[in-house]
Amino acid sequence: MNSFTKYRTSALAILAVSSLLAVAAASPAAAQGLGPSLTRPSTPQEAPDALGFIPRWLLLEPIAVNGLTDSAVQAIVKKEYFPGQYTVVPNDGDKVTVGDAPLTWHAVDTKNYNVNLYHFGIALGKSTTNVLFWVVTTVNCPREMPNVRLAIGSNAASVWWVNGEELIGIYGDRQTVIDDGVSKRITLKKGQNIVRAAVVNGGGATDFCARFLDPDDKPLMGCTASAGEVGK
Amino acid sequence: MASIAFALDGQFGIHDPSTVVLCDGKYYTYGTGGTPLVSDDGWTWRAGVRPLLTGAAPDVIHIGDRYYMYIANPRLPESETAPALAKGGNTASKAFVYMIWSKTLDPNSTDYKWNLGSVVASSDGVEDSNAIDPGAFLDPTDGKLWLVDGSYIGYIRLVQLDPKTGLRIDPNDKPIDLAINCEASDVIYHDGWYYLLATHGSCCRGADSNYNIRMGRSRKVTGPYLDAEGVDMILGGGTKLIGSGGRTVGAGHFGLLDLGQGVMKFSMHWEADFDKGGASVLDIRPLLWKDGWPVAGENMKEATYEIESLRTGTALELALEGVPVGGPRGGGGGRGGGRGAGAPGRGGAAAPGGGAGGRGMFGGASAPVPDQDVAQVSANWPTGSVPARMANYLVQAQQKWAIAPAANGGGYPGSPYFKITIAGTDRTLAATADAELVVLPAYTGAPQRLWRFDQLADGSWRIMPKSVPSSKDAMALTAIGASFATLEKFDPSSDKQHWLVKLP
Repeated sequence: MNSFTKYRTSALAILAVSSLLAVAAASPAAAQGLGPSLTRPSTPQEAPDALGFIPRWLLLEPIAVNGLTDSAVQAIVKKEYFPGQYTVVPNDGDKVTVGDAPLTWHAVDTKNYNVNLYHFGIALGKSTTNVLFWVVTTVNCPREMPNVRLAIGSNAASVWWVNGEELIGIYGDRQTVIDDGVSKRITLKKGQNIVRAAVVNGGGATDFCARFLDPDDKPLMGCTASAGEVGK
Repeated sequence: MASIAFALDGQFGIHDPSTVVLCDGKYYTYGTGGTPLVSDDGWTWRAGVRPLLTGAAPDVIHIGDRYYMYIANPRLPESETAPALAKGGNTASKAFVYMIWSKTLDPNSTDYKWNLGSVVASSDGVEDSNAIDPGAFLDPTDGKLWLVDGSYIGYIRLVQLDPKTGLRIDPNDKPIDLAINCEASDVIYHDGWYYLLATHGSCCRGADSNYNIRMGRSRKVTGPYLDAEGVDMILGGGTKLIGSGGRTVGAGHFGLLDLGQGVMKFSMHWEADFDKGGASVLDIRPLLWKDGWPVAGENMKEATYEIESLRTGTALELALEGVPVGGPRGGGGGRGGGRGAGAPGRGGAAAPGGGAGGRGMFGGASAPVPDQDVAQVSANWPTGSVPARMANYLVQAQQKWAIAPAANGGGYPGSPYFKITIAGTDRTLAATADAELVVLPAYTGAPQRLWRFDQLADGSWRIMPKSVPSSKDAMALTAIGASFATLEKFDPSSDKQHWLVKLP
């Protein structure tokens, strides 16, 4: 009954978000067009929350795709939609063209452990059904950090890279579960580390969360997240 | 689904084995008549060296730099005289327990030397006691050493010993009666309770022996020991731990083998192992705990299983796209279309079983759906190495693991090492050099492809590779996330390393 539950959830969410948008029309977040759970960054860097979740991301407006199986998602993320999609570290407001559509990168801070792409899409008037979101953040480490793991959850499928290496793929119709996908042990460099993901949604709610775990599987603290040049 | 159990390997015939003890990396046990068995791994056993004295049903305990051996009715050297023999009474029933000790059990060690001790318990053949079948117990709460002994003539009795000498603290202290109508007793301590484990029934009649191990517990080592129904063992009570089953009959002579990190096992003997011609043999079983009582666990058996994380509820699988059992679902439902045409009907053509020309999305097919044929679905699998991952169990071929003993793979207390392959294939779960998991296209006997299964106190399993390349640490299969598993040092306090191994 998962799919049905999700459809029901989807409908309820539409109603709820519609209400939120109506009620919060004058709120700063709504005014910035990012949805009720997302704000524009106002500081150069942001520390993870108490559970280590990365709060700051660059989100590209959604790209229409279709498919959630392993093979479908791998085909989706292997297709090049815009130049440098596996390497670019964009700034807020940067634009790419996918097909004939200009799409904008948005820098966001989430108020929650997760980044609500459903809020994001709805706030921008974009469809969140059968879409691909590219997301990027820069994790700044004060020193080299060996034997850490990237731990993510996503609704629905997602593929993740750290410093260009594909580390995690989770597929199918799924909800965001903390530490659903966990990478092998990796080393974060001193300085900037680029975390990139492609989140593919079918229908209904869509979001993701991500954090690093230390060698004892505890939330990794001591790094910050940044999202390019804010407000460019 | 049939599953196959495994007895120990090598030479493991014995009756009335002493508690299996570890000494300098080897496991030792001694039986009636002095039968000595030794093993390098607790799985494959061979004949050892008889100790200085031999008698009936010895027990061994390691304290400090000494191994104390308590033996019933040994033939003493002429220089020693058993006090019991001077007590009078029925000479045929006189009995005593004598202690000897050595700094090691390894005959190849320069420290190997059995020293004579003394009589520590006796009975005169008239009193309600038969001082045989000793069981030594070191109380972890206060360091006091105790010995229980006794058989069907009268009571199981408790006397206090000196842990520095292994001898009675005061030979004139009156032994404490703990139980009746049993023998081969032993005491263990766990979580605030003392447990008296003793063998009921009859021995020494092969497949007609109804020996079975029963127990009671007490807040004090001196009793009273009540069984799970509240019946005092002094009145004949006793909750059963293990009796006959499978192809073995007559369980007796419990001995605790605590391997640490929450892994507990027990040694015992079967009166008759049908696969060994009905001989009496040693066995080592997991010791589990439920509601404050020991439970006899099972060693891993050969079969095809789902391997599910107790923590996440997801199952280990080959990391590739599965095919639904019965094939992809056609028409209706599915995701991606929102609540539009693909949504389930409520009384229309998509209703369960409804609709002419179709059975609806809940209606299924017109015939039973066969199990997935791994030969068929694996035709599209990559031929090389594939990562392992975890997912919700959907009874698919890439989620079913054949667990089978690895020929010449060695073992550990109670079990051989196993290979873990996708059922119906040779694709083998293995540890990588960086302590991750991979499924290799073929099995070899390499140690990183051999797996150890230890049943934990809650009945779940700890699963460990025999070795991880370039790692000195013992690693265990770990549910690091809902969808991923790895190898990490075992932490008994975490449920990440507890696995349910289920028959599919």
